[in-house]
Amino acid sequence: MSDKKQASPLVQGYEVVIGFETHAQLATQSKIFSRAPTAFGAEPNTQACAVDLALPGTLPVMNRGAVEHAIRLGLALGSHIAEQSVFARKNYFYPDLPKGYQISQFEIPVVQGGEVSFFLGDEKKTVRLVRAHLEEDAGKSLHEEFHGMSGIDLNRAGTPLLEIVTEPDMRSSAEAVAYAKELHKTVTWIGICDGNMQEGSFRCDANVSVRKPGEPLGTRREIKNLNSFKFMQQAIDYEVRWQIEQIEDGHAIQQATVLFDPDTGETRAMRTKEDAADYRYFPDPDLPPLVIARDWVEQVKANMPELPRQMAARLVQTYGLPEYDATTLTQSPAMAAYFETAAKASGQAKMASNWIMGEVSRRLNNEEKDIAQVPVSADTLAALLKRIADGTVSNNAAKQVVDALWSGEGSDVDAVIEAKGLKQMNDSGALEKIIDEVMAANAPMVEQFRAGKDKAFNALVGLVMKASKGKANPQQANDLLKQKLQ
Amino acid sequence: MSLTLSDIGRIANLARLELSGTQSERMLGQLNGFFDIVEQMNAVDTTGVEPLAHPTAVIDHVSLRLRPDVASEPNNREANQKSAPAVERGLFLVPKVIE
Amino acid sequence: MNELHHLGVAELAAAIADKKTSSVEAAQHLLARAKEHQNLGAYLAFNEDLTLAQAQAADARIAAGERGPLLGVPLAHKDIFVTQGFPTTAGSKMLAGYQSPFDATVVSQLAAAGAVTLGKLNCDEFAMGSGNDNSAYAPVHNPWDAARVPGGSSGGSAAAVAARLVPAATGTDTGGSIRQPASFTGITGIKPTYGRCSRYGMVAFASSLDQAGPMARSAADCATLLTAMAGPDIDRDSTSLDHPAEDYTRLLGLPREGATAAQPLKGLRIGLPKEFFGEGCAPDVLAAVRAALSEYEKLGATLVDISLPRTELSIPVYYIIAPAEASSNLSRFDGVKFGHRAAKFDDLADMYKKSRSEGFGPEVQRRIMIGTYVLSHGYYDAYYLKAQQIRRLIAQDFQQAFTQCDVIAGPVAPTVAWKIGEKSDDPVANYLADIYTLSTSLAGLPGMSVPAGFGAANMPVGLQLVGNYFKEGELLQTAHAFQQATDWHLKTPEGY
Repeated sequence: MSDKKQASPLVQGYEVVIGFETHAQLATQSKIFSRAPTAFGAEPNTQACAVDLALPGTLPVMNRGAVEHAIRLGLALGSHIAEQSVFARKNYFYPDLPKGYQISQFEIPVVQGGEVSFFLGDEKKTVRLVRAHLEEDAGKSLHEEFHGMSGIDLNRAGTPLLEIVTEPDMRSSAEAVAYAKELHKTVTWIGICDGNMQEGSFRCDANVSVRKPGEPLGTRREIKNLNSFKFMQQAIDYEVRWQIEQIEDGHAIQQATVLFDPDTGETRAMRTKEDAADYRYFPDPDLPPLVIARDWVEQVKANMPELPRQMAARLVQTYGLPEYDATTLTQSPAMAAYFETAAKASGQAKMASNWIMGEVSRRLNNEEKDIAQVPVSADTLAALLKRIADGTVSNNAAKQVVDALWSGEGSDVDAVIEAKGLKQMNDSGALEKIIDEVMAANAPMVEQFRAGKDKAFNALVGLVMKASKGKANPQQANDLLKQKLQ
Repeated sequence: MSLTLSDIGRIANLARLELSGTQSERMLGQLNGFFDIVEQMNAVDTTGVEPLAHPTAVIDHVSLRLRPDVASEPNNREANQKSAPAVERGLFLVPKVIE
Repeated sequence: MNELHHLGVAELAAAIADKKTSSVEAAQHLLARAKEHQNLGAYLAFNEDLTLAQAQAADARIAAGERGPLLGVPLAHKDIFVTQGFPTTAGSKMLAGYQSPFDATVVSQLAAAGAVTLGKLNCDEFAMGSGNDNSAYAPVHNPWDAARVPGGSSGGSAAAVAARLVPAATGTDTGGSIRQPASFTGITGIKPTYGRCSRYGMVAFASSLDQAGPMARSAADCATLLTAMAGPDIDRDSTSLDHPAEDYTRLLGLPREGATAAQPLKGLRIGLPKEFFGEGCAPDVLAAVRAALSEYEKLGATLVDISLPRTELSIPVYYIIAPAEASSNLSRFDGVKFGHRAAKFDDLADMYKKSRSEGFGPEVQRRIMIGTYVLSHGYYDAYYLKAQQIRRLIAQDFQQAFTQCDVIAGPVAPTVAWKIGEKSDDPVANYLADIYTLSTSLAGLPGMSVPAGFGAANMPVGLQLVGNYFKEGELLQTAHAFQQATDWHLKTPEGY
């Protein structure tokens, strides 16, 4: 059982238990067992060679790149990388499965154990991995009408996958989504997966069950093929409510595989395949055991980029950032680099963090842009941060500067400040004069404050700021007003 | 270990084979005859014996060869689909797949 | 040359090189002969234009001064090997008319050496059978007695070579399918060490047992073919062993180290497993085998009594492992991408069932059923896993035996070829008859069948020679020495 700092959030008195199986398509050039290309979007069956089509006489040959990607994942998640692992055949019939079996790993996977840590709100969570194994992807069925038939495209058949399986450690849909996002970040960060969920590069299956706290695990149902974070949360929430309703109505939960329908917001059971459970796994006689020597692992380790967790720890240590900030800023190598550049150039690490997590991220999200497309360079942001720090502009005024920079109206911080007349008033003499005028014009409010109404102070500050046309240094205005009201 | 007709039905289904009543009966008799011989295996003590998946592993370490990650197979769709039962616009056609 | 079909590989290659004949002439002659003897059932497919084009190309290479032991030599391929230009059926309706877009590696290698393909040879369906009476097409007849089986599953290959339709042919051996038909038809055949020849392009039956091998009229010709067929296929077959290619003819005619020309096999210890010489073997077969063994003794070999105690267990072990692997290998035949699709079906599940039930013959269906059962939930440990464990013990038994001898010898099969139809109703009886060849396959060892004489009904009897891993050269050398001193391998069936 994982160490929980807080009690699990209950839904209608029930504890929610979630485990994930994620299929990450590996970003290799060629397929896992053949030399056909893996690029997305090609004409049907133009990237399905004889091996992928399971033509008689064809045999699998293992892609070194796929193994190397698995090693990278294992290193990133602190897993054990098996010195020897075995490929097994998972036998079942389906038109998108050309051999009538999938080459996967069963008893002895290449990656064993490991964990994924992330923040949920400000609480740190850790989800344990059971394993991650290599296997091949199936093809696709196109359900458009071909006179009542389906069309099978085997371009995707044979694309390498890592199936990443967790312990049932998650206790809420929010936690599950946070886990999925962290895993997504990891696999893209280390370059083993392009993370394109719309193209099917990162697909999650959620195993969901409920129980009264303290009772044994309930029967789980598996929600398959969740390929958007938004739908993930919706689907799990619906499934949880559905299961609770069933139990409350006196029905036992039957193990089932379900699909989420984004249009209705509901999960529904797939047609039961009675013999779906009997995959008749046995070691694939066409593939000897995969041996991974320790020095290959060391080599891969030496070439790994700094991992998000390590980088976050470094940011905490170097810049004194809170762990939460460091985690958020290390959501991608590009974001982290942006932060570091801005922090170093401005000397204002915490301020940089606030602005990046706040204003910058907000605008990027609204415009559905990635940090790579940010219109304000880290150096430019740093220049602005310096001007805030030295009191030239207030925070509010700075936001207006960002507006101008972001829209391309201006590109130089000082020029924009000048052009828009946003310089903060730092002349205390002028400020005192304004305060005196405001106090004089608002005598009843001054009386109220002196009589004990604290709220009146804020109103007076507001009036002072207004009278200064926002240029007063708020802290200065605050201090001077306090003095004068005594 | 005697099989029954219902075993025959279950296995045939798993293997996507269709056996008539007579065929199933016959298959049952033949398989049971076969499994009589197989009983011999039970007498053999195999405690601690590693299964032999790759024959020459008896004398040498057999391990998986890895090839470089290079996409060198060209598009050969026409030749590959020459013997396909039903193809349209490059897709293999099958009866509707219901999820 | 009207005796062209009596020339073996070496002689024919020499005749072509010396311009006594040409590859085109040889090919035409043998094609005509094949048509003349269609009743044997050996061939399934021809492509005359392609054959002649290949022959012309070979003749051009010779004209340009090239020489090679297979250059211009016509041969034929068991229909388990996929070939461009010739359909591949694996003896099954499931693959009627199937056109492979690529050649099996073994086929390409032989073609590179200049061999010319005459056609595709009949076999038991998906290589499953011991009499070539499981072919979905016509059964094959034994040239020595048309009422009898030629053996299987490489029955077409054996019959074609024995009837002098072709100087050599390729076969495959999973549990004895080269050795047994070679024995039944009085020709020479060898199954090499597992992984010695590439399996790429061989329609898979049992992946951990299947091996390609040559079938011809002499050990020398087998050695020539094997040299071209063998070798690592690093790019395409992960089970192909990374062992350098060898010239298997290099030891032919040389005495063993320390031996003499008069006694070339001096120092060779031939182990005779007592389990191979017991009650289970017909007396006529034993007599022929023992007579052959005394010839080996004359050549200097010593006979040593050994034991392979788990010989009988090889039957259930093989007939669990092979069908298990086959049941999975044959799942790709689903009527979706290639192969037979039923004309009428209600839905997808029905399409699968009808296509497969129509496309596969009864023996194939039987083995798929066995294989599916032994892998299924709850039975895996008791059957498949147990069988693979005993398999290791069997392999270890051989290693133990090879401390006492260099080569193991005995009969190939308990009887001579039986009459067509005699064993059709009793699949288990068929399985039992494989007793002497199965364990070699399970262990992955090289094994040969060498014509040794005749038995009941004047049918040929073969002597089996089994060597340790990678000892094909030694086996062929041993067989060759025997063939220099005897002439069983030169006997031709009447009318051929």
